[in-house]
Amino acid sequence: MTTSAPAHQPDRKPVRLPWAILLERRLEIPRWLPVATTIGAVVVALVISGVILWFAGGDPIAIFIHIVRSSFGSLGVLSDTLVMATPLILTGLACALAFRMRLWNIGAEGQFLMGAWGASAVVLIPIVPAGTPSIITIPLMMAGGMAAGGVYGAIPGILKAFRGVNEIIVTLMLNYIAALWIAYWVFGPWSEAGFQLTAQFPKEAWLPRLSDYSSAVPAFSGLTVHLGLIFGLVAAMLVRFLLFRSRSGYEIRLIGDSPRAARYAGINVARNTVIVFALSGALAGLAGMSEVSGVVHRLQQAISPGYGFTAIIVAYIAKLHPYGVVVASIAFGALILAGREIQPSGIPAMIQGIILFCLIASEVVLRYRVRLERRMA
Amino acid sequence: MTLELVIPDPRLAVEMRGIVRRFPGVVANDGVDFDLRVGEVHALLGENGAGKSTLMNVLDGLYRPDAGEIMVGGQPVEFRSPRDAIAAGLGMVHQHFALVPTQTVTENVLIGLDRPRFRIDIGRYDDEVAELAARHGLGVDPRARIWQLSVGEQQRVEILKMLYRGARILILDEPTAVLAPQEAQDLFRTLRSMVADGTSVVFISHKLGEVAQIADRVTVMRRGKVTASGIPISETTTAGLARLMIGRDVVETIERTPFDTGPVVLSMRDVEAESDRGLPALRGISLEVRAGEILGVAGVAGNGQSELAQVLTGLRHCSRGSVTVNGVEVGNRTPRDAINEHVAHVPEDRTGVGSAPNLSIADNLIMKSYREAPVSRHWSIDTGAVRRFANRLRETYSIAAPSVETETRLLSGGNLQRLILAREIASEPRLMVAVQPTRGLDVGAIVTVHRLLLDQRQAGSATILISEDLDEILALADRVAVIYEGRLVGLFDAADADVAEIGLRMTGGMASRPPEPGDAPRIVP
Repeated sequence: MTTSAPAHQPDRKPVRLPWAILLERRLEIPRWLPVATTIGAVVVALVISGVILWFAGGDPIAIFIHIVRSSFGSLGVLSDTLVMATPLILTGLACALAFRMRLWNIGAEGQFLMGAWGASAVVLIPIVPAGTPSIITIPLMMAGGMAAGGVYGAIPGILKAFRGVNEIIVTLMLNYIAALWIAYWVFGPWSEAGFQLTAQFPKEAWLPRLSDYSSAVPAFSGLTVHLGLIFGLVAAMLVRFLLFRSRSGYEIRLIGDSPRAARYAGINVARNTVIVFALSGALAGLAGMSEVSGVVHRLQQAISPGYGFTAIIVAYIAKLHPYGVVVASIAFGALILAGREIQPSGIPAMIQGIILFCLIASEVVLRYRVRLERRMA
Repeated sequence: MTLELVIPDPRLAVEMRGIVRRFPGVVANDGVDFDLRVGEVHALLGENGAGKSTLMNVLDGLYRPDAGEIMVGGQPVEFRSPRDAIAAGLGMVHQHFALVPTQTVTENVLIGLDRPRFRIDIGRYDDEVAELAARHGLGVDPRARIWQLSVGEQQRVEILKMLYRGARILILDEPTAVLAPQEAQDLFRTLRSMVADGTSVVFISHKLGEVAQIADRVTVMRRGKVTASGIPISETTTAGLARLMIGRDVVETIERTPFDTGPVVLSMRDVEAESDRGLPALRGISLEVRAGEILGVAGVAGNGQSELAQVLTGLRHCSRGSVTVNGVEVGNRTPRDAINEHVAHVPEDRTGVGSAPNLSIADNLIMKSYREAPVSRHWSIDTGAVRRFANRLRETYSIAAPSVETETRLLSGGNLQRLILAREIASEPRLMVAVQPTRGLDVGAIVTVHRLLLDQRQAGSATILISEDLDEILALADRVAVIYEGRLVGLFDAADADVAEIGLRMTGGMASRPPEPGDAPRIVP
């Protein structure tokens, strides 16, 4: 046939490489692939970080060994890692639960702070008189933290469900409000002698630590792991059960995959939006409670180094699976801990960032088959 | 000295030899030969999954063949992307359009081109596009935005895109699947004029009737192989093509027992409802459907059929009137209330509404029953019971899938529709609302769907069958209602229905005066 000239030919010739990368959509994703790509992405991220460290004049291998040693090297540092992981597990679960329904809760940080405030209120207002035994005080603090976080989480849920307000913007802004709310209380009504922190809680308001039992088991001495870790592990089991074994979980997954199909199945999407946001907020709030009651033992302004934001990465790495959240939280706990050991301390933050980038990039491998093909001249 | 030369046939626009293309677990094209002559419409016929689209995606450069060679205009080619293909004058229009809804027709036509570099003088291009459209009878306003256009018009924009890029070979992947009958006729006219102009067209389809109407030659594929290669359409018969397509004789004998009048199940009184855009979509619909009866609703797309189905299933509010099922009001309630009254719904949009693509087959099968025993007890779901329930439906309705844990998006169209019907029938419907239940399905699946709907009728459920396929309605329905601009403009007994009369009313042919709000539906006879 005669090929007539196209009406518009490209003005410039594209640069041709001797090979081409071809992407083909995968029809089926093998079960092992998500795990493999996650591990692969982390390895690639470590290599990239290593190269950067090397360029900066450091010895990457030595640094990585140091990171591992300073977070898993002994019972003591392992305990510290788990203390770091505890708030991440709970906030990570909060994000994973909301993300399952495609609710982009970026506000775990704010819900964490409100949870810390709600738990503190129990002993600082005080709701229970001084000297109330732990067995009453601690459950009340848990309830206070979860209620405060849950109500705070329900706000973007209600706005989204009934007014269609974008939850990303609302949750993001609410983080600032929560931070200022905490600031008001620690500078003002609850300030101890004008410092930006409250008085230390009475012992009855402290979560038990392993070191509390060192008189019975000498090996426990100095171990700061507290009951909050158990909260996290139990919460992971409950969230798993909720998502995969309950009617509500089925509704959540269905709405997450296709809101229109969910409506067709007779599911009340608005109601679920509010409930899931409130549950997500309650989990983050419990993280805040566990932090003030298990670690800091008072409310202060700098109570979170951004747990609620790291939680987003944790949930993502875990592919929104509750047990994956536990594993990813421990890994990130280790990185945060190592940040105190390594100078400059920005390095773990850099590694975190690179890991996230690599994970997002690895989605391509998950969804497409990548083929490298030689071009013929 | 003699030199062996392969002299390209000048009459061939495209020649494909021995194309092999594998996907994990399947050979989608198994040594396929195909040729396209200049200035012909060559139909590529086959069931869903026969490998038609794969073959054309290979030709278009979207997939690389694992083996085989392709010649375009006598020259061997190796396209790496559709961009290479269009540079060689070959353009493909896919089933799912790639248009930007918020941009104008002209902007969509220009997308991806290097000129104009800055969109300042868009007016000049509007004229160019308008002229090109007029030349080929593709009536579309270049300044209109895509979201304002009907599906048929959007398809014209896709064709325009290819023509503007200089396509002389056009591949259309099931172009009529989304079109109303009238729009399909318009498309055929356009194709005829383009072919007369020297353009060559590959027309992918699984509809025998339209292939006979538009094609010059036909190639039939089955399970990745060619079963008939480039036979002139004049030498074929519909029955012969069907046999080549599905490998056996299709005798769709629909056995219908006489309609046994049951009690009234569905009753609609003066129902009015608005469309998504807030325009009146239903303007006073009144009808009754009895148990054991199929009421067919015939009409051209966009005359209120979607809204009618949504009002019946609680997915859309009505602004006036009442809808009762077995005497219980379901209008203006929730979808849940409709489900509780055993209103089953086979929706028009199978992948967007009727299923959750990334959830498993089992999860999709329990969409209507997860609130009840044995699937759930109180608030917990019994995974063992789910698996048993899903496996039972998978076997009963022959849903072809490795397991019930397979993600639903991997199912073919026919299997997905079987899944949806299995789920809806398992909910023991008193009223079945089926919308376009066979659109896009292959012959084998259509037979299954028809049989299932008739079984339901036999079981005593009332059925509303909304379809644009008049033959389907006439074959299945006991009565036929014609819908036009949100009103019922005719009601016939299917036994003595006059097709010409129905067709006339579907297109508004009987309205002697412009319809006014508050008009009583004219019921004939």
